[in-house]
Amino acid sequence: MNYFPDEVIEHVFDSIDSHRDRNSISLVCKSWHKIERCSRRTVFIGNCYAINPERLIGRFPCLRSLTLKGKPHFADFNLVPHEWGGFVHPWIDALARARVGLEELRLKRMVVSDESLELLSRSFVNFKSLVLVSCDGFTTDGLASIAANCRHLRELDLQENEIDDHRGQWLNCFPDTCTTLTLLNFACLKGETNLAALERLVARSPNLKSLKLNRAVPLDALTRLMSCAPQLVDLGVGSYENEPDPESFVKLMAAIKKCTSLRSLSGFLEVAPRCLPAFYPICQNLISLNLSYAAEIQGNHLIKLIQLCKRLQRLWILDSIGDKGLEVVATTCKELQELRVFPSDLHGEEDYNAAVTEVGLVAISAGCPKLHSILYFCKQMTNAALITVAQNCPNFIRFRLAILEPNKPDHLTSQSLDEGFGAIVQACKGLKRLSVSGLLTDKFFLYIGMYGEKLEMLSIAFAGDTDKGMLYVLNGCKKMRKLEIRDSPFGDAALLTDVGKYKTMRSLWMSSCEVTLGGCKRLAQNAPWLNVEIINENENNRNGEDEREKVDKLYLYRTVVGTRKDAPPYVRIL
Amino acid sequence: MDEFVNLKATELRLGLPGTDNVCEETERVSCCNKRALPDCDTENENESSSKKKTETSPPRKAQIVGWPPVRSYRKNNIQTKKNECDHEGQGIYVKVSMDGAPYLRKIDLSCYKGYSELLKALEVMFKFSVGEYFESEGYKGSEFVPTYEDKDGDWMLIGDVPWE
Repeated sequence: MNYFPDEVIEHVFDSIDSHRDRNSISLVCKSWHKIERCSRRTVFIGNCYAINPERLIGRFPCLRSLTLKGKPHFADFNLVPHEWGGFVHPWIDALARARVGLEELRLKRMVVSDESLELLSRSFVNFKSLVLVSCDGFTTDGLASIAANCRHLRELDLQENEIDDHRGQWLNCFPDTCTTLTLLNFACLKGETNLAALERLVARSPNLKSLKLNRAVPLDALTRLMSCAPQLVDLGVGSYENEPDPESFVKLMAAIKKCTSLRSLSGFLEVAPRCLPAFYPICQNLISLNLSYAAEIQGNHLIKLIQLCKRLQRLWILDSIGDKGLEVVATTCKELQELRVFPSDLHGEEDYNAAVTEVGLVAISAGCPKLHSILYFCKQMTNAALITVAQNCPNFIRFRLAILEPNKPDHLTSQSLDEGFGAIVQACKGLKRLSVSGLLTDKFFLYIGMYGEKLEMLSIAFAGDTDKGMLYVLNGCKKMRKLEIRDSPFGDAALLTDVGKYKTMRSLWMSSCEVTLGGCKRLAQNAPWLNVEIINENENNRNGEDEREKVDKLYLYRTVVGTRKDAPPYVRIL
Repeated sequence: MDEFVNLKATELRLGLPGTDNVCEETERVSCCNKRALPDCDTENENESSSKKKTETSPPRKAQIVGWPPVRSYRKNNIQTKKNECDHEGQGIYVKVSMDGAPYLRKIDLSCYKGYSELLKALEVMFKFSVGEYFESEGYKGSEFVPTYEDKDGDWMLIGDVPWE
């Protein structure tokens, strides 16, 4: 079958990066399977329980970069109890024992311990890049091991992790010989930072392109850091609590002006708004701006800043910007591709004047032709607005709309939002990810089934009327990979109608729905290649056998390695 | 009166589609909400006016677990707006010093509604933790203790006297 020697084929495969393409290649014939697997450097595992480390290493012995995802997405919203699973240790342990030449590890929603980090730091001589997103279970002691032992470390990227900060000296643990850092993000650390150690580290890292500081780095330290790293492309500002005196402000502004490569700005975790003007000189260069943690900046200050950011492609902001602010974004940011508007008031029932509405969304859709990804928290929506948005922006790939009040109908007509969301799905032929909210009936699901051809991920909450809703989705969306549903009236009939469908999906989550223990048991019987997990935090009822009992949380996923052994007592795997 | 019974079913309406379904939707909405909002158990499901819909979904967003769908990291880390502190000159500013810190800070007491808020703010400002307050023993669990100097020049433990 092969007309070329293996090395030539391997060379051709080298230029193929996408793991999906690689997976396809490996199915062509035995020879290609073998060449592909021995040359595969990067592996992506979307569900760490779908496969085990031994089989991974067996198939891809030359692995350099591994991405692992653990807990289901709804764990982000506290729907998955602690200790559910997603432990990285067995993976690191197996990779270490097999002497895999690991260089990069990217983890999302996994439990990482200090021991794991220590083992990681000692086991892989060429380790270069550690990216942890929404992980937990470790402390700054673990970071100290990484700093101390990874001699060729280039990237340490900590995104939104819950890290126990022992306020130690982990930054000091980078040896003086460490000069290879290109990315350092510790914005999520809550404790004090050894500023002197940080400054020395930055000063000896000429290739540092991305630096994201935590709260504890004040203004004058920021000035010094920027002065020794004018090559920065991506900066996360820490805190600038008090208003600076004029001299400090001038120094800061001078340092910022020298950072002509700066393209991305974030942080502003504690900010006095009068410090923002120091950044005005570089705004015209920015392509990414994340002010979503800067709760203290009022809308008008935000607007002044954004008006200067004409090249912005990505904007993450709080709803304190208001509809007026979004109108400014629409007229200024013609290159905008991704927008996220987060709610600023999460705790109270205050009069929510600053929140955004459908008006802001329509303005953005009209003004930003390149927009393809949106996450929008708002207090109200209308079908008319969504229909207009669909007409203005048929290029959406990701569309997530969260109306803060569950089940809220169109606020002008009191109807369901079926037509509005239906219009989005129909117009956006390339839509891959959708999250919906507000009042929705089975009809909306019918639209999804009809038009959601490319849809891969769907998040449903408080929606639908009958099992038909879920069935429309399962039958119609051929590319569905991750389906997550909460508080919707879908039950056993929907769950069991097409068991084979779950072979084509990564996972299904259903919580507070109508599925019963009996239904789940029947599913597990008919699908031995699925792990059907029932999560039941109610201690009293754990081993009840009443098949009519409704299941509180169901999480099922395809796997080739059977039932996992590390589940806590409140998880029952059928 | 029989002839009126079926009239509704045969009635031609020019209303927007779905407007007549409001009643059924309300009941189903109640069913869904029952799970999400346990407080709704006692509500009367037999009401079918559309007004009920807005009453059924009260703005109790904070009570539903995991709603709105904001990452818990973000929920825990967003600084709450301190609108009251925007107006300088109206506040009650006091100097705060911490042993070992190179310079003093000033805070506006009128921004806080009680000792716990004040202590939390101090913790953030000075990056330390204050431990737990016990009436009998003062603050336990930390080497730092919050004190203030009263008009007699004595050093007093913060928290003994009522906030007002």
